[in-house]
Amino acid sequence: MVVAGVSTAIVVLSIVMLVPLAPGWEGVKTSFFNGEVFAKTLPKLLKAFLWDVAIFAWSVPLIFALGLAIALARAVRSPALFPLRIFGAAYVDIFRGVPVVLVIYLVGFGVPGLGLPRPWNSPYIWGTVALVLTYSAYIAEVLRGGIESIHASQRAAAICLGLSERDTMRYVILPQAIRRVIPANMNMLVALQKDVALLSFIGPVEILRQAGIFKSLLANFTPYVAAALIFLCVTVPATRYADYLMNRDRNARS
Amino acid sequence: MPEAKLSLRGVTKSFGKQAILRCIDLDVAEGEMICLIGASGSGKSTLLRCINQLEPVDDGNVWLDELDISAPGLDLAPIRRRIGIVFQSFNLFPHMTAMDNVLLAPRRVLNEEVQGLRLRAEEEFVRFGLALHKDKYPDQLSGGQQQRVAVIRALVMRPEIMLFDEITSALDPELVGEVLDVLRELRAEGMTMILATHEMGFARELADRVCFIDGGMIVEQGPPEELFNKPQVARTQEFLRTVLRN
Repeated sequence: MVVAGVSTAIVVLSIVMLVPLAPGWEGVKTSFFNGEVFAKTLPKLLKAFLWDVAIFAWSVPLIFALGLAIALARAVRSPALFPLRIFGAAYVDIFRGVPVVLVIYLVGFGVPGLGLPRPWNSPYIWGTVALVLTYSAYIAEVLRGGIESIHASQRAAAICLGLSERDTMRYVILPQAIRRVIPANMNMLVALQKDVALLSFIGPVEILRQAGIFKSLLANFTPYVAAALIFLCVTVPATRYADYLMNRDRNARS
Repeated sequence: MPEAKLSLRGVTKSFGKQAILRCIDLDVAEGEMICLIGASGSGKSTLLRCINQLEPVDDGNVWLDELDISAPGLDLAPIRRRIGIVFQSFNLFPHMTAMDNVLLAPRRVLNEEVQGLRLRAEEEFVRFGLALHKDKYPDQLSGGQQQRVAVIRALVMRPEIMLFDEITSALDPELVGEVLDVLRELRAEGMTMILATHEMGFARELADRVCFIDGGMIVEQGPPEELFNKPQVARTQEFLRTVLRN
């Protein structure tokens, strides 16, 4: 405990003392850590961040609905429905395999390029679609892992009682599977919250875009630092909470 | 077509190249209690799982009354509800209370109003000494209690036959008695039952017929006093010598 404290103090102190000795420090300080710019831009950045929160908020239910549908498609057992399994597998392969930012570009610029009338050419809509496509593939994989982690004896017990495959999935397998993957999904949500900022590339004036506007206007990078701090205020508690859930889960099972 | 409640004719099952059941014939009359004995891996469990079609048979037929339930393409759910099964490892649903475990299947499957169903379930909880535990989750119950809940869960479906797959094998010795008492109770009611069991004393006390299974075949069968006292086949004698010595 004491050793950890002392060694941390030494490291922090030496950074605080040594970094300002670097030749470019004065320049970096005025262009990245400018208190005046920070105070001036923070309110508008916070306001722009509300867009990130809004896009996140309406994406999440869509992502879980589609992710669940894909996971279930991959879990069907009937041979007649085999094409559904193939579709599910292809979907997951494609959207997990392409970088988010590429999907955002392709969907966000490509679809409105069809000449759709307002409001259907809105980058908010197609940016959301891009996020939903990508993240539902991740969530589908997490859910599928959860479904497969439920022991076969649970399914056997359910169908031996005369329950249909559908009821078995709905009442026996899924409730257990979803509970088991909550921590993993929490981490996905943290990643999603950050990736919402990528929509700035296709138009929405959310926090990253707003910071970019301020940067050009004021010829100063401090708004980016402010934006980073705003993100951290949300993502750090969320990550800690996910860790807490995961630890609790591990302790409960051991 | 056989006359018995349940009939197996030439039932054969392999997993890969490993033959598990070789041409099993078995007739079970209504109200009869049959104990399957034999070493681990002899095929007892697989035989039970082939009866309720949890495992499809490779060859042969399983008749329930006049219906060939091993025929391909049959909707098995309505058949499985007529044959209850209880497993060695209880297999309760861990996310539901004991009562919800019991009520899930009848609620979804039987055409019965919920009030009456709940009452019926509560009576069973009382009968098997679990009245105080019906709202607990499986991990709050002892093994013996969990296994009794599993029995109730099967019974509320009003099955015509009950299968028991070594249901006391996963229990601590002091809990075995309470579960065997449940079986005695069902026996007294005249339930048709097939048990895979290692409890030789129990089989001798209650079974109408004992089948010794070895290498996927019924090597010898008969009333318990005959089979236990003067087994005819050398393999049966050897098996009984080994288990009865312990």
